[in-house]
Amino acid sequence: MTKHTVLAFDAELKDIAAGIEEMGRRVLEQLDGAIEAIAHVNVDRAQSVIAADRPVDELQHDIEQKAVLTIAKRQPLASDLRDIVSAMRIANDLERIGDLAKNIAKRLIAISGNATTFKIPAGMTSLAERVREQLAEVLDANRRGDDKLALKVWQSDSDIDALHTSLFREMLTYMMEDPRSIGFGAHLLFCAKNLERIGDHATNIAETVHYRLTSEQLSSERPKQDQSSAINPKSGD
Amino acid sequence: MAQTATRTPASPRSGPAAATSDEFEATASHPKRGTKGEAIRIEKFSLWYGAAKALHENTFSIERGLVTALIGPSGCGKSTLLRCFNRMNDLIDNVRIEGRIEFDGLDIYSPRVDVIALRKRMGMVFQKPNPFPMSIYENVIYPLRIDGIRDRATLDQAAEAGLKGAALWNEVKDRLDESALGLSGGQQQRLCIARAIAGSPEVLLMDEPCSALDPIATAKIEELIDELREHYTVVIVTHNMQQAIRVSDNTAFMYLGRLIEYGDTKTVFNNPVHQRTNDYVTGRFG
Repeated sequence: MTKHTVLAFDAELKDIAAGIEEMGRRVLEQLDGAIEAIAHVNVDRAQSVIAADRPVDELQHDIEQKAVLTIAKRQPLASDLRDIVSAMRIANDLERIGDLAKNIAKRLIAISGNATTFKIPAGMTSLAERVREQLAEVLDANRRGDDKLALKVWQSDSDIDALHTSLFREMLTYMMEDPRSIGFGAHLLFCAKNLERIGDHATNIAETVHYRLTSEQLSSERPKQDQSSAINPKSGD
Repeated sequence: MAQTATRTPASPRSGPAAATSDEFEATASHPKRGTKGEAIRIEKFSLWYGAAKALHENTFSIERGLVTALIGPSGCGKSTLLRCFNRMNDLIDNVRIEGRIEFDGLDIYSPRVDVIALRKRMGMVFQKPNPFPMSIYENVIYPLRIDGIRDRATLDQAAEAGLKGAALWNEVKDRLDESALGLSGGQQQRLCIARAIAGSPEVLLMDEPCSALDPIATAKIEELIDELREHYTVVIVTHNMQQAIRVSDNTAFMYLGRLIEYGDTKTVFNNPVHQRTNDYVTGRFG
C-alpha cells in the first residue's frame, strides 16, 4: 500500500503492529509453557509461565496507549481506523489468554504433589494442543492478512468445545469413582475450562481479523458445541 | 447514470499508484437516496478552461434535502463543478461546457433559462467571508432589496428570520445598523449564510465555508448545516474529512476532473470501493 504523506503516521501504525506481533509471540510461549507443564508435570516451566505474565500485561497497556494517541493525532479513517481498533481488541484478547495460561500454570503447581497418585487425562494435552494450533493460526492470519484462515479458525471452535465437553465428562467420572481425587479433579476442570476459554478468545481474534480485512462483522451464528454447562451432575450425561 | 462497480474486498489492494487519464476504473456509485427525489442531475458533464479540460464527463445526481460533500485533492474540479450549478462559471472567459446539468428537471444551460433567476434559487457561500460594506441589516436583506421589495415589515421579518436561521440573531440583534465589517470572521461567515438563505433559495452551495475559521466558529457553522438540512439541499466542498463525515449524507470523491466514487458518506469514509478513494481519505496522497 502507498505510504502516508506524513511518514510518522506509517511509523506509528507499524509500531502498533509490531507490538501485537511481540505480544502474540509471548502469549504463544506462555501457552506452550502451560502445555509442557501439564504434559510432564513440570513445575519449573509452570513458574516461568507465571513470571511471563506481567510483561504481557504491560505490552497490552503500551499498545492501547499508542493506539489512542494515534487516533487523537491522526484522525484515521477507513482501513487505518480498522487496523488500530483491531489492534486494541486483539491486544485485549491476547492479554486474557496470557492470564488464562498463567492460571493453568498456577493450578498445575497446586496439583503437582498429587500427580503420582492421580493421572492427568491424555485428553487435556490434546485439548491444549488443539487450542495452541488455533491461536497460532489466527495470529498468522492477522500477520498475513489472510481472511480465509481467520474464517477457518472461527469455524473450528466447535472442535475445541466438543473436546472440552468430553474431557469434562471424563473428569466427572473419575471424581465420582474416587472422592479422594476431587480436589485434583476440580483443579483440572478449571484448567480444561481455561483452555476452552483460550479457544474462545482465539475465535474473537478471528472475528476481529475478519472485520479488519473486510469491515464486516461476523454474525454470532457460529457453531457452538460446548455443552458442559448443560451436563447433569447426577447422571453425568 | 453511473455504473456501479462491484465491490472489491477491503484488503490492501494492488494497483498503479498514479494512473494516466486512460486508466480510471468505472465510477462507483452507491448514494443514500433522499425521500424527495433528485435536486440536481449531472449528465456526462465536461468543462474546459480554454484548451484545458477541467471536468471529464461527470455523471451523478444530488439528492434533494440531503447534504452532499465534494472532496478531492486540489485541482480535482470540485469548486469548478460547484460553480457550474449556478452558472457562476459563465463569468469566466474561455469556459466551454458539454453535457447537461438539470435542476428540478430543467436543463440549466438551455438558452431559455434566466440565469439571474437560477442564481436566486441557489444561495452561495465562499471560503473567504464576503460581507458587503454595509450594515448587518442591509447585508441580510440585500437579496430582497434587489428583488424590489421595499416594505419595511417584510424586510424586518426576513432579516430576523435569516439571522435566526444562521444562528446569529442573538449576537447582533442590538446592532443591526452597525457595519458588517466589524464582525468577527465566524460571524461574518454566518452573516453570509444568512444573506444566502434570506432569498429562500432551494439549494445552498458552500465552497469550503469553514476553511478560514477557528474551531468554534467552524462548529457553529456545522451545527447550522445540521439545522438547514431537510429544508435545503446543501452541496459543500471541503478539505476536512472529518467535517465531511460529520455533516454530509453523501460524498463525491473527485480526482483530476473525474468523479471516482459517489456514495453514502459512511461507506466512502469507512470502506470505499476504490483504492484511490481509500488512499485519499487516509492521507496517502493529495
